[in-house]
Formats: sequence, structure tokens, C-alpha cells
Amino acid sequence: MSTTTGERTLGFDEALAAYDPAMGLEVHVELGTATKMFCGCPTEFGAEPNTQVCPVCLGLPGALPVVNAVAVESAIRIGLALNCSIASWCRFARKNYFYPDMPKNFQTSQYDEPIAFDGYLDVELEDGSVHRVEIERAHMEEDTGKSLHVGGSTGRIHGATHSLVDYNRAGIPLIEIVTKPILGTREKAPEVAKAYVSALRDLLKALEVSDVKMEQGSMRCDVNLSLAPSGSGALGTRTETKNVNSLRSVERAVRYEVGRHAAVLSGGGSITQETRHWHEDTGITTSGRVKSDAEDYRYFPEPDLVPVAPSVETVEALRATLPEPPAERRKRLQAEWGYSDLEMRDVLNAGLVDLIGETVAAGASPAAARKWWSGEVARRANTEGEDVPSYAARLGVTPAQVVELEGLVTGGRLNDSMARQAWEGVLDGEGTPTEVADARGLELVQDTGALEAAVDSVIAANPDVAEKIRGGKVQAVGALIGQVMKEMRGQADAATARQIILERLGQG
Amino acid sequence: MTTDLTRATAAELADLLTAGSVSSREVTRALLDRTAAVDGAVHSYLHVDEEGALAAADAVDRRRAAGEGLHALAGVPIAVKDVMATQGLPTTCGSRILEGWVPPYDATLVARLREAGMPILGKTNMDEFAMGSSTEHSAYGPSRNPWDLDRIPGGSGGGSSSVVASFQAPLAIGTDTGGSIRQPAAVTGTVGTKPTYGGVSRYGLVALASSLDQAGPCTRTVLDAALLHEVIGGHDPMDSTSIDAPVPPVVEAARRADVSGMRIGIVKELTGEGFQPGVQARFDEAVQHLVDAGAEVVEVSCPSFSYALAAYYLILPSEASSNLAKFDAMRYGLRVSPDGVDAPSAEQVMAATRDAGFGDEVKRRIILGTYALSSGYYDAYYGSAQKVRRLIADDFTRAFGSADVLVTPTAPTTAFRLGDKLDDPMAMYLNDIATIPANLAGIPGLSLPSGLADEDGLPAGFQVLAPAMADDRLYSVGAALEARLTAAWGGPLLDRAPEMDEVTR
Repeated sequence: MSTTTGERTLGFDEALAAYDPAMGLEVHVELGTATKMFCGCPTEFGAEPNTQVCPVCLGLPGALPVVNAVAVESAIRIGLALNCSIASWCRFARKNYFYPDMPKNFQTSQYDEPIAFDGYLDVELEDGSVHRVEIERAHMEEDTGKSLHVGGSTGRIHGATHSLVDYNRAGIPLIEIVTKPILGTREKAPEVAKAYVSALRDLLKALEVSDVKMEQGSMRCDVNLSLAPSGSGALGTRTETKNVNSLRSVERAVRYEVGRHAAVLSGGGSITQETRHWHEDTGITTSGRVKSDAEDYRYFPEPDLVPVAPSVETVEALRATLPEPPAERRKRLQAEWGYSDLEMRDVLNAGLVDLIGETVAAGASPAAARKWWSGEVARRANTEGEDVPSYAARLGVTPAQVVELEGLVTGGRLNDSMARQAWEGVLDGEGTPTEVADARGLELVQDTGALEAAVDSVIAANPDVAEKIRGGKVQAVGALIGQVMKEMRGQADAATARQIILERLGQG
Repeated sequence: MTTDLTRATAAELADLLTAGSVSSREVTRALLDRTAAVDGAVHSYLHVDEEGALAAADAVDRRRAAGEGLHALAGVPIAVKDVMATQGLPTTCGSRILEGWVPPYDATLVARLREAGMPILGKTNMDEFAMGSSTEHSAYGPSRNPWDLDRIPGGSGGGSSSVVASFQAPLAIGTDTGGSIRQPAAVTGTVGTKPTYGGVSRYGLVALASSLDQAGPCTRTVLDAALLHEVIGGHDPMDSTSIDAPVPPVVEAARRADVSGMRIGIVKELTGEGFQPGVQARFDEAVQHLVDAGAEVVEVSCPSFSYALAAYYLILPSEASSNLAKFDAMRYGLRVSPDGVDAPSAEQVMAATRDAGFGDEVKRRIILGTYALSSGYYDAYYGSAQKVRRLIADDFTRAFGSADVLVTPTAPTTAFRLGDKLDDPMAMYLNDIATIPANLAGIPGLSLPSGLADEDGLPAGFQVLAPAMADDRLYSVGAALEARLTAAWGGPLLDRAPEMDEVTR
């Protein structure tokens, strides 16, 4: 199967003219617990293959699972944050199927008794509208090992000569969060899907239950999609596109599948219920295994584990540990900081909310905090392929230095362009803003005599411009200010220069 | 006290060892010599660890010589059913599919034996993955009954019953999913206990049916069973289903052997019809002995027991079909490539290995269980069986309202001949009719010899059942009955078994 050429698709608008999309999103999140779901093996990412294993997670004969209590707490906190009901009594179940990367040939999961169920997550779209995504369930399970297929050209099992299995991942705690069918989104379907996964990621991050790194697979999204004739209210046959592992891909995958389904349906064909592979590079999906009723996991309650029965007190104690929901926190901070919608979005996209919060708390104005963390620092961090907070942390640049820098400006020692130079010095590792200013000799000239002399010489050198200003064309003053600043080598206050020029030319 | 070390009970050996009259090496050596002499005929063992056992014996002898405080059973050797994971010792579960597998870890129970300083003599034979009542389903050939080598030693733990009955070991570990400790004890004239579910850790017990399996002692006396029960019992954080409570006072109960004032319940549904007359006669006499010892007899009814076998043969295969899925040639054990396939896929290797590695009875139960769990059948089969299980537990709860213990014949018959029921699974399954209800309800049970049946001169078993975590009552009743019967017989029943050199000739 080629992975570079897709099947026939209809244009998105054309597809929507005839069909309504329905989506269901399944997100798997690896919990950031120190140990695995059912044994004491460590969970760190990137260890040598098969070094983080024991009889339990290798499924050796006789070994038995024991539930990780921290994972259960995380699951309950996630459920609560998603406005779910928490089961007062629930069990694990075995999902039986054979696959080499699954040591026991069953996955210990939850079936009809999930730990959390019936919740929702409100997601905000670009246009400011809010879409409520209903949550069917969040349940606990263990991850499988990882197969590496060797010898083929694609890295997939097809064409491979042999396979290697790394069981380090086997038994890592997972939470699977499943939405109810997401209906009525129409042309916003791709955006809603992306916004949901994004909001979920923010929420899980705020809960500190997972590092939610989609690129490392600690958060993985499966996209179920079906189309039904517009306005019919029916649900069509769905496909499940597996492992869509970036926010942008979630949006693209929905868009692609809408077009593909529409092409099949409008051509008189029918959709095969199947899993599909997402190809990040080419932006298409290809057919995986056919899913049908023949696939029977023979679920039954896991007899090696006792039921999980969190008391009301436990659940309420966990509820008390929930952070402020990210969306509410954003709204509150935007209001507190007085940012425009655009400014707030930029700050969010750059991951600066926490850093700005700390900087404001340290005494900076919200405007200064945003200004200094968004400009040069962001540019440099981007060049290094880092986000601003980790870049700043690595450089040892702190919120307190932003406060100091702002103080130098408001105290009148530096003007804006000097402050920029000082900040660059800080980023270059030359010291604190004050040290940089001292070392570089940055200081506004407070002696108006020097400034007045500079103004006079600039007016004398530009009689035409001076005449215009005398005649009322005050806006021409900018050209003269520039020259005055040049003469002063930047060490003057532009506002003062402007005032003196206008006074000299009778416009003061 | 007997001087033949192989005939001594564990309690007697413990006394001799403590007194310094014998060394653990001498005891271990004597037992290994006995094995060399008789196991060719009995075939109790799948693997004998002479070197390891002697090394463990020497270690405990050294510690004793150094004056270290030791466990009461330190130095007393033991045989372990091949279903328990033993680090460094092969563990096959009687199956080809695990041939050559040496576990990298010890079962909790095995670790406790080692901590107590008990040399492990070897691993005993069993029906493949503990599925059977005769050891005829072992991939490595059946064990034989020391009373008559043409007869079965019971199953699945026929290796553990025959190893103590043929004096190759004073103690053995068995596991009991539907009677695999108690029925073998009954047909070999020995003692076996299935503790309360959760009373002994299952960590390292290769699961047949997780919700039914329980490991326990196989011995020649009730006191020995209690002593061993105490070593292996108690909470294990590695087993979620392990009960976090102290082991009931089993040794004290066995020593006191007091049944005065105790209400003994006879289960109406598990007596009379369907039981061999000689078995029934010995049972009735045993009950009279208990009355003579001061117990009171009541009759109880457990109407749901008639569904026990059916429920059991849905729950067990269902769990087994899932538990046995891990044997797929990918990580350990047998690996078979399919014939005539050039570059077989993992799936083809799995299928070929499972086809070659599992015996017929295992396949039968995997197929049964897979079917019972299938969507569309689950409610009718697995679901209904779980309801029956609840009803059986309710029957027990009611019965224990009017009786302190319940008693039944352990098995309906004495040992049958090898091959007699091999082609009739239902007849084989019926052998466990009296033992299965305890597993379904999770309650403890003990079997001890009640005498020889008149028809065939073979041992019959007497079963005592108690409420969950009242395992001590088994030993009160068992020890009281044992004392009276031994007195009546003029010595232990096993003294009447043929000498092995007689039977082997």
C-alpha cells in the first residue's frame, strides 16, 4: 500500500454540502507515575530496550498484578476535572487478543465499569464560541510493549523480515478518555477536534498527571469519523484513524477523512468499518485492519485484582487538589492583565502564561512582562528549538530581572531602545540589567543643555523641514527627532527631544 | 518414634533436628535415596534437585551448629508441585509448552519455604496446567498410586499426594482449583488442605483459574499440614487477592484436637447416592467417631450444589482460556515453526506452538472457555455461572449458620484404574463433585483418610469444610478424627499400604 498517494477525496466544502460529520475522539494518556500500573518497574522514557521489566510486566507464568494507587488517584482527578461521575466501585477487565507486544496476550483494562463516566469539556474556538464536548468515560489500563519491524521499507510489519519487541512500555499506566459522538460541528469539525485535544492537553498538564508530549507518544489520539446525509440525524459507518499524534494532524486527519468518506459515499460506495493509519508526512490515511463484529475481545472481570472502591471522602479530598480549570484561569488572567484577545492568544501559544504570572507576581507590570518575554527571548528560544520558559531557565534569566529592567525604564535611567540593548546583554550572559547598563554605559542624558545644543544644530542643518513645522506640519518632527537621537548616540529621551524641537519652532 | 527417617512425620523430624539427633543432610539424603529406589515406579517427580536440596540442608545444618534461631520446620525437606515458580529450578506445569523453562523468580510461597530453611527436594508431577483428576493429563506420563500402581494417585496433584504416600517426602505443596489437593489426598490415604481463598499467596502459582486456585499442604498427618500451613500462609502484598489478616491458629487447633460441643453438618446433597458404598461406610463411621469425641451432628441442605459442577466448568475454562494465552512462544518455553511455511509470521508460530505444546484436555478447556466468554454467549454462560457461584456461597453461609463445620466424603470413589476415565471427561469431572463447591465459595477444606473401602481395600477420604478464615476448625476436627481412627486402626493407615519393593516387583 502506497503511503504517498491517497484515495480520491472531495473538497471539504463540497463534502459538507451533502454530509454531516460525526466524530468520536479517543485519547490515550500515559500517566507520569514513577512506576508502572501493576508493578514497581520505572517508567522513564528512552531507556535501553527491555531494561525496565520484571516478571509482572513481562507476564511471566505465575506473576500477578498489583494496582498502582497513584495511578488510580490520577485517574480520579482526571475524571473530576472532566466533570465526570466517579464510580464508587469498579473493576478491571481483561481484553483478550493475541499480539507479540502484549506479554499476557490480554490487556488489563476497564470495560463496562470505568472509574469515571458522563462528563464534559468545554472547548473554545478561534472565533470565541464555546463547544461542549461530552465525555463518555475515562478508564484505566496498561500500555503494551512496542514492536519494531525490521527489514521492510516502511517500518510497518508488511514487508519486514523480523520484528523486535521492547517491553519497557508494557504496563505503563494509561488513561483512555473517550468522547460521546461529537455532532453538529459541521465545517468546524476539524477545529473542534483540534481544540478539544488541545484543551485536554492543557487540562492534563495543569493536573500534573502526565507530561502530555504527543511527539513522544505520551498522549495519543484516535479519530473516529463518520458521515451521514445532511440533516438526516443518522450516524454513518465510521473509520478509526489511529495514532494521530499532533494537534495539527488531528485537524488534518478529520479534514482528510471527511473528504475521503464523502468521495466514497457520493460515488455510491460504502465505508468499510476499519482502522486507518495516519501518515504525518503526506497528510493522508491508509487502510489498516478491518474491524468487524468478528473481533471479539472476550472481556471479563480481571480475577487477579480486587475492585477499586474509592470512598466519598477520598474522592472529595482529590477534588480539593484540582487546579483552576485552564480555560477559567486564562479568562481570569486576561482580565487581570488587561491583554487584548490577540495578545492573550499569542502569550498562550508561546507558553508564556506561567512565566508572565511569575513576573507580574515579582512586581512587573503585565505589559512589561509580556513585552520582555515575547520579543528577543522568544526569537532566540525559537532558534534553539526550545520554549521560552525552558530557554530562560537554562540561561538563568529570571522574572526578577524583568522587574529590574522595567525599573530602569520607569526610573528614567534607560529609554526603550537602551532597555532593549540591556536585555540583549542579559541574554548574552553579561549580567543583570543594571550590570549590563553600567558596562555598556547606557544612561539617558539628563543634561538638557547638550540636548538643546543638538536640537539647534539639527534645525540649522535642516531648514526646509524646520520651515514646514513652523508652518504647522507638526508630523514632520519625527525626521528631526531621529537626527537628534543620532547625534546624541541614542542616549537621550525622545519625548524630551520632541518637546524642545517643537518649542524652538513655535509649536510648543 | 520411628527410626526410619523416611517414615517420620515432619513434626517428628523437626523434633529430631532441633534435638540435634539428626542433621538435615541425613534426612534429605535418606529421602533422596528413597526416591532413587521407588520413583521409577511411582513417578511422583518431574524434576529432582539433589544438589540444591543437599546444599540447602547443609546450610541449615551450619546455621543450627552456629546456634542461630531457626524456624520450627528448618531442615525438614519438602517437594513442590511443578505449578509453583522456583528460581533456578525447571517449572513445566506438566506441559510440553513450558519444557525447559527455568523461572527467574521464586513464588512467594517458595520464598517462604526457603526462608524457613526447608530443602526443596524437587518438583512434583501434575495434570497439565492442573487440569485433571488423575495426572494422566501430564505431558510427562502419569504418577501412580502407591497403594496400587495400576491406579491413579488423584489429580491434578497426584505427584504431591504420591510423593508423601510413598515416603519420598514428609511434606509437599499442592494447589487446589476444584479438589486437586483434597481428592489426591483421599485416594492415597494422605492429608491435604485447601486453605481459605487468599489465605496463601498465589504469587508465582502459574494460574489455572485465578479466582479458584489456592495452594496448600499435602502431608501424612493433620498436624504436619497445620505446621506447613503456618509457614506458607499469611498476607502477601504481591497478590492483590491475598487476605491481610493473621493466619488462623491452625497449629494450636491441630494440637488441641478438640471437637467437644462442635456442630458437625452433614450436607444432604453430598452423601448417599452416587458415593461408593465402602466410601460411604467409612464416612458414616468417622462421623460417629466425632460424636463420640463430643461433637453434635446436624443435617444441612445446600440445594444449589447440584449446579456447582456446571458453573465450575464454565468459570474455570473461561479464566483458563485467558490465563493460558500467554504461552505463545514469543518470550519463553517451546517454540514450534509450522510445517511447510517458509517465513512464518508471529501468529503462525503462536498457533503451531500452541497446537504442539498443549495436550487435548488443555485444548478442550481453552475452547470451552473461549466459547463461554464470546460476545453473545457471555451472559448465558459466564454470567449465569457467576450467579450460581453466588447461590452456592449463600448455601454455605446458611449452612454455617447451623453448623460450625460441614463434612462430606472427599471423593465419591476410591482410586480408579489408570485409563478408566480417560476417554470420558464427564466421569472424570464428577470425581470432584464434593470438592468443587468450596473453591467456588472460597472457603477452606481438608481431607484426611477415613479408612479402606471394603470393596477394594483402597483408601477413602473424609472432607471437612469451614467458613472463610476459620481454617483452624478444619484442624480441630481433622486432628480429633485422626487420633481416634489411628487408635482404632492400631497405627497410621499408610502402615497398611504395600511396601514399595513389594509393589514394584
